[in-house]
Amino acid sequence: MQIYKDKKIIVLFLAPSLIIIGLFLYYPFAMSFYKSFFNWDGFLTSKFIGLGNYRRLFSDVMIHKAIINTFTLMILVIIFQVGTALLLAVVLDSIKAGAKFFRVVYFLPIVISATAIGLMFKLIYMYDGGLLNGIRALMGLEPIVWITEKTALLAVAVPTIWHYVGFYFVILITAINRIPLDLYESAYLDGITGVSKTIYITIPLIWDIIKVCLVLAITGTLKVFDLPYVITQGGPFGASEFLGTYMNTKTFTDQVFGYGATIAVLIVVLGVVISSIVNKLLKSEEITF
Amino acid sequence: MEENRTVPLNTRILTRIQFKNRFTFRKHFGLGQIGAYILLIFWTFTTIYPLIWILINSFKTTNEIVKNSFNLPSSFNMTNYMNAFQKMGIGRSYLNSLIISGSTVLLVVLFGGMAAFIMARFDFKLKKFIYTLFLGSLMFPAFATIVPVFTMLRKAQLINKHIGLILPQTAGNLAFAIIILTGFMMSIPIELEEAAVVEGAAPWQVYVRIVVPISKPSFATVSIFTFLWSYNDLFMPLIILRNKDVQPINVLLSHISSQYGTDYGLMAAAVAIIIVPVLIVYFSAQKYIIKGLTAGAIKG
Repeated sequence: MQIYKDKKIIVLFLAPSLIIIGLFLYYPFAMSFYKSFFNWDGFLTSKFIGLGNYRRLFSDVMIHKAIINTFTLMILVIIFQVGTALLLAVVLDSIKAGAKFFRVVYFLPIVISATAIGLMFKLIYMYDGGLLNGIRALMGLEPIVWITEKTALLAVAVPTIWHYVGFYFVILITAINRIPLDLYESAYLDGITGVSKTIYITIPLIWDIIKVCLVLAITGTLKVFDLPYVITQGGPFGASEFLGTYMNTKTFTDQVFGYGATIAVLIVVLGVVISSIVNKLLKSEEITF
Repeated sequence: MEENRTVPLNTRILTRIQFKNRFTFRKHFGLGQIGAYILLIFWTFTTIYPLIWILINSFKTTNEIVKNSFNLPSSFNMTNYMNAFQKMGIGRSYLNSLIISGSTVLLVVLFGGMAAFIMARFDFKLKKFIYTLFLGSLMFPAFATIVPVFTMLRKAQLINKHIGLILPQTAGNLAFAIIILTGFMMSIPIELEEAAVVEGAAPWQVYVRIVVPISKPSFATVSIFTFLWSYNDLFMPLIILRNKDVQPINVLLSHISSQYGTDYGLMAAAVAIIIVPVLIVYFSAQKYIIKGLTAGAIKG
């Protein structure tokens, strides 16, 4: 449908976007990748060390911790964040009234910044007067320290999961609503309702969307930064250090820019690899309606 | 039922509610329904209560909070809020947040709209490549680009200036905006534009006078998302804006726990201050937010 004869406008209208994206996304990433082969303090000292930074990745104990923590968080997120969202979406589909209300409420946390949520949970976890210890007091129990080396990961996982349940919930409920009702009619007439209906009909029909949610959740975990940074700064002793926070520490606190770039490259590579794996593993036939 | 029946959604014989009423085996609220409502209300509670708790505590002094954090405040104590504005300079940060996020939205809408118009209505040799470029830019997390961006900005002396943050944030949001806007513009019937071209209008005139006004809902969605994402971003402002005068509210908040870590009342007030404007925007615009998100998400 070529109705516009004048082609000059193409360049004119595309140029600003392309320039900004090229300058602030593609070029910097290429530079990051390039610099990951150097020892660089961010200013003038820049020495080529080939794969030195990458070798350091292997021997760095903190990286191992960060990777383990990140992957643990990923599993928790898959089960509890996408899982809860799926459960809520399916349950919402079965009720007769009030769907709109729940949608509005569940989506609410997402518009709040991770920083604010981090601070909020910091207050919740507080020893003196925090919400959790307050509940313990009401039950006659002693207050406890909620963020320790053993519990830090969980303590950070809970707000992370809580924050974005609504996001996947809304995506899933929309997908469920798009299922044409005819597909259910014969099932109902056969007497299939409730749980079996969900397992055998609803879920397979939205499997593609569930896949999308999983990929989004996984790649999101790789980038997690704001929440852990605000609540624990990666402590205590790296118990809640993730790839994102570690990259920040190395680059800006320790000023080892070259190594920081290496970690960034690692994050991107992991993201691409894991997304492809998940997509391949969960392949199913294209269902269109 | 014939296999080839295609019934458009809006002439469906039964609406979803009617369907549920007809085909659910209990005509009244059965056990399953009650269980469902219990679960949903429980989750509503866990979603809302932390926010309410913070709000309540922001009106208490720190001592009151330590004693009992659940009671309603004895009086609506505004000390925390006054402290926040005076000691922490929150007013200033609000202004910064507004400037930064507002400008980012403007740039994204301006450049994104133009690019989307081209992608929706023109065919040219490099089109697929450019579309891949836009799509690919969604892949880069801030970490991968922040250091060279920081170096570039430093050389251009744009550190600690609003524009130094606005530009990278615009870059980060453009891809999302272009994809959503292109999708929308493609779905506009082309007859209106054709008529204008026949009457001798130049493409840019058609864009400004016809396409833009019709695309307002999509622009609204994109603006809201861009504003939210920019307002809530912590990482980039933390790195690029080091001077307290130019820091947006997020960054200020992240410093608060180290500076005023024991003043719980102040912290609660600070959280409330940062959340309330967002809540206001959300409740007035939630129709657009949820609609816009789902339209884009399902397609890709």
